[in-house]
Amino acid sequence: MKPLHSLYGFETLAIHAGTPPEPTTGARSFPIYQTTSYVFEDVDHAASLFNLQAPGFIYSRLTNPTVAALEERLATLEGGRGATCTASGHSAEVLALFPLMSPGMEVIVANKLYGGSINLMGKSFRKFGWEAIFVEATDPEAFRQAVTGKTRAIFVESLANPGGVVVDLEAISQVAQGAGVPLIVDNTMATPALCRPLEWGADLVVHSTTKFLSGQGNAVGGVVIDSGKFRWLHNEKYPSLSTPSPEYNGITFAETFGEDLAYTLYSHAVSLRDLGSTLSPFHAWLTLNGVETLALRMERHCSNGLAVARFLEQHPGVAWVSHADLESSEFRALAQKYLPHGAGSVFTFGIKGGFDAGVRLVESVELFSHVANIGDTRSLIIHPASTTHRQLTEEQRVAAGAGPEVIRLSIGLERVDDLIGDLEQALAAAHSPD
Amino acid sequence: MNPDSSDREIRDILRRVQRIAVVGASTNWKRPSFFVMKYLAQKGYRMIPVNPSAAGQELLGETVRASLAEAGTVDMVEVFRRAEEAPGIAREAVACGAKVLWMQIGVVSDEAREIAEQAGLQVVMNRCPKIEYSRLWGELGWQGINTGVIGSRRRRA
Repeated sequence: MKPLHSLYGFETLAIHAGTPPEPTTGARSFPIYQTTSYVFEDVDHAASLFNLQAPGFIYSRLTNPTVAALEERLATLEGGRGATCTASGHSAEVLALFPLMSPGMEVIVANKLYGGSINLMGKSFRKFGWEAIFVEATDPEAFRQAVTGKTRAIFVESLANPGGVVVDLEAISQVAQGAGVPLIVDNTMATPALCRPLEWGADLVVHSTTKFLSGQGNAVGGVVIDSGKFRWLHNEKYPSLSTPSPEYNGITFAETFGEDLAYTLYSHAVSLRDLGSTLSPFHAWLTLNGVETLALRMERHCSNGLAVARFLEQHPGVAWVSHADLESSEFRALAQKYLPHGAGSVFTFGIKGGFDAGVRLVESVELFSHVANIGDTRSLIIHPASTTHRQLTEEQRVAAGAGPEVIRLSIGLERVDDLIGDLEQALAAAHSPD
Repeated sequence: MNPDSSDREIRDILRRVQRIAVVGASTNWKRPSFFVMKYLAQKGYRMIPVNPSAAGQELLGETVRASLAEAGTVDMVEVFRRAEEAPGIAREAVACGAKVLWMQIGVVSDEAREIAEQAGLQVVMNRCPKIEYSRLWGELGWQGINTGVIGSRRRRA
């Protein structure tokens, strides 16, 4: 991966970026600015802020110092120009597309996504008049064939949930470039410690920060990160950024703030202002603390995950294991290219005995927690067909890799022998006739 | 971005200069040049507008000058004009004794740079002094922008 900074490495940036000592008190741990609003110096200062002529704080729905610290840190770690934090990963998906889309426009979407994202894009987006065109995630040519004059963005997950699928980012970014639209990559499962999509040609990255970034299952949040490289100026496809904004006295974001800052400033000044899906300062603070140990944690998540995957692959009660670092994976070459430090710790396997065995397994574990989350210090287990992907059609479930026999694991940071022991006893229980 | 200008150089320039002439200053407050002038004036710089088509008008408390020659002594000349006009402005900047020639984002002229550097001026090209000021002193990060500034020292409040 490319160096992110001329002087410092990833682990250093994860600890320092965005959080210098607090200037007034010198507080070294970044403070939680638990405030809704900020006092103006005078009427002229207030006018400058409302006109976007000077950086500053007005109201925490738009910007907040603790949230901004997290934004700068995450922008830094992805190698982006700017970031906008949101209340959840889902709101990050909406916010990422908000400056790009308008009624009647289309977004081309990979069919292998978190089930909730498939619902959001396939159903709720239609209420905005946004059309999601789903294509086979593993076939870049399918993306090319789906491009029309109405295409405004392409959306994929780098390492696709529920697991084991690696998308060819470079090939799809070339499709996006040819179509003249931004590529948006959900990098939740990989995190910038393992993969940085902007280095492979993506224009925007989104995360559910709830997962590995905060890392301890205690703070829901999301983020949109802009590379600053997409050309918005005079681009008639994106009038939000390339034409005058009447409510800001006719300024054109891409001109007044430059093409590199326009998207992030619009996301705060318009998208968050109007949609209001703002991250709370406290959740931002929890996430800031989590991110400090991201590189260390991901190393252990990956080694634990691969050890568990290898154990399952040789277990007689298991039909298959889908983990991109296994020799048996059809995605191994892509994983070695895009995820050289490990293919994460969320993956799926097929339990022999189908739906019923799957249900018995999740009811027999002692250490694994049966929850609808991933990316926790704790190891997690779920049967997608009966939970996260339940609201999809059978066809969508199979296409998304969440058929009836599929179990999804998110391997945590416990002693790996204990995790293997727990799965061993639970598999035995799932397969014992009683 | 001008790869030749380090954060240290830019910080030194912005600490040292006091009087800044803005060639191409617009009296229309919606224009980027107005944003830059207003912001830097609030930070304590004396911002002197230069624009022949608005000469004599009032702009942020200053009278708009018709040319750099009428701007008096200035420390820095900021170029808010097309790159083709930059070499001419560079010559005028040399003539009026400026120590820094700063060309705005999008203004790239190696000819202007040579003219100024040969006369001993420091040159910054293809950057915005408002963005650089707010980036180096932390304010740009308030809007979620990656400032690239890392450090454990206490910044001024």
